[in-house]
Amino acid sequence: MPAYTRRVSALEVTDLRVAYGALEAVRGISFTAEPGRITALVGPNGAGKTSTLEACTGVRPFTSGTIRVLGAQPGQSSSRVGTMLQAGGLYPTARPLEWLTYLARLYPDSRDPRELLDLVGIDSSSRTTARRMSGGEQQRLKFAAALLPRPELLFLDEPTAGMDPQARRSLISTIGGLRAEGVAVVLTTHLIADIEELADHVILMRDGLIEAAGTLAELRGEGESMTFDARPGLDLVSLTGALPDGYGATEIGAGRYVIDGEPTPSALACITAWLAERDEATSGIRIGRTSLEDLIIGDES
Amino acid sequence: MRGALAHASWELRLTMRNGEQVLLTIVIPLVLLIAMCVTNVIPVTAGLSRVESAFPTVCAVSVIATCFTSLAIGTGFERRSGALTFLATTPLGRQGLVLGKVIATVMVAALSLVVVTIAAFALGWRPSAAAWCAVPALILAGVAFACWALFVASAFRAEAVLAIANALFLLLILLGGVIIPSTSMPLSSVVALLPSAALANALRSTLGAGDLPSLASLVVLLAWAIVGFALARSRFRWQ
Repeated sequence: MPAYTRRVSALEVTDLRVAYGALEAVRGISFTAEPGRITALVGPNGAGKTSTLEACTGVRPFTSGTIRVLGAQPGQSSSRVGTMLQAGGLYPTARPLEWLTYLARLYPDSRDPRELLDLVGIDSSSRTTARRMSGGEQQRLKFAAALLPRPELLFLDEPTAGMDPQARRSLISTIGGLRAEGVAVVLTTHLIADIEELADHVILMRDGLIEAAGTLAELRGEGESMTFDARPGLDLVSLTGALPDGYGATEIGAGRYVIDGEPTPSALACITAWLAERDEATSGIRIGRTSLEDLIIGDES
Repeated sequence: MRGALAHASWELRLTMRNGEQVLLTIVIPLVLLIAMCVTNVIPVTAGLSRVESAFPTVCAVSVIATCFTSLAIGTGFERRSGALTFLATTPLGRQGLVLGKVIATVMVAALSLVVVTIAAFALGWRPSAAAWCAVPALILAGVAFACWALFVASAFRAEAVLAIANALFLLLILLGGVIIPSTSMPLSSVVALLPSAALANALRSTLGAGDLPSLASLVVLLAWAIVGFALARSRFRWQ
């Protein structure tokens, strides 16, 4: 593990603000990412995840706040930082091996391009250009490019998007291996499975702010609730009135309802009876801790 | 510098594989030279042979096509693809990218000029002792046009860059003192301040008439190069 990791966080973001003209996409957030841990930025579209990541990589100017990447300004320690961007990142006419070979010349101590292509399952003798590769292949090539500098800090923006299950499994395994080697990983994703499998620390963003942060278990909380899907716009006043005292009903997303309160047989009976009286169809009532999906959807609607 | 050279090598590889770029930077100047030598569409400068009149003009066209039009369009589309955004996260840096692009472009222009020179030689052009004095003008013009190309590529989206770069190319060639010398045009003193006219005038002196280039031409090119470099360095956008 590099010496610096015992002294400071790999990434320190303090009161970061990012604006696009009058629109403020990130509105004063602070967090850290530690070596040997995977930090996931999650949240609905427009939450500010990619803007945050791009500011940290140095490609997006930020309005105010401070970012320390391996103790330096964004972009100043780029020889030890790997980046996989969500959009673009490849020359359309480049072939896999020549692209990585070129990039390897930019870093002082890069990994072997052929070895990395083997790692991500791309034939190093392939003459297929990037624009003719599938979305999943392009993602794998971008991931290989991110690993070239032997990164101490790795930024991954939606790394598994467009990948088939086998490629995704391999990528998850590789990221897990990097964590074990002490690499700090900061990623964004919409895939719940990615977060559940990878994230040591989850930062839930919404409307440019951090809504919650902690381990997955901490975010989900300890209490259980009842959740069901039905037609959007149910009469919540009527439903709450039908429940035992102290229970409440909330529509957390379009057609997704959470009943706050202990999931007892009598409460379940009240819900099913209320739905049956109104001939409202539901796919079933789930009992358990709040799912990550529910957390991300939140009160977005 | 290591990164800039690596990037220059990368740009060269991609450029020479791109049919449209090869057409613009090498084939069109070559065809233009032959056309100007075997037809009488373009007036011949008094006292010079047809190839002695055509060769400096075609060299100027080659430099503008390579260092401005081709570079601006290529960079505009690289920005759109997000490739440059990724490079911004590497140790290459803005200065390395700009320098690498300029080096690669000057090398493509040199290749284009070599091809055109060989063709001109075959058509009867013979260099005078002053021909080497064209080199400073070619280098200054190459740097100036390349820097302005990077600035234009950063200022507009890719489709607009395509239109603007092609339109400026035609305007500079037809009305910017290249095909018709600035001295034969209305507002000649103003036209002479354009980089295209300064380049063409310098090349007509050195490659056509066998004289030294005028100091005014070199100063104009230097001024365009300095302003262009400052703009490209400060305004270049990766995204």
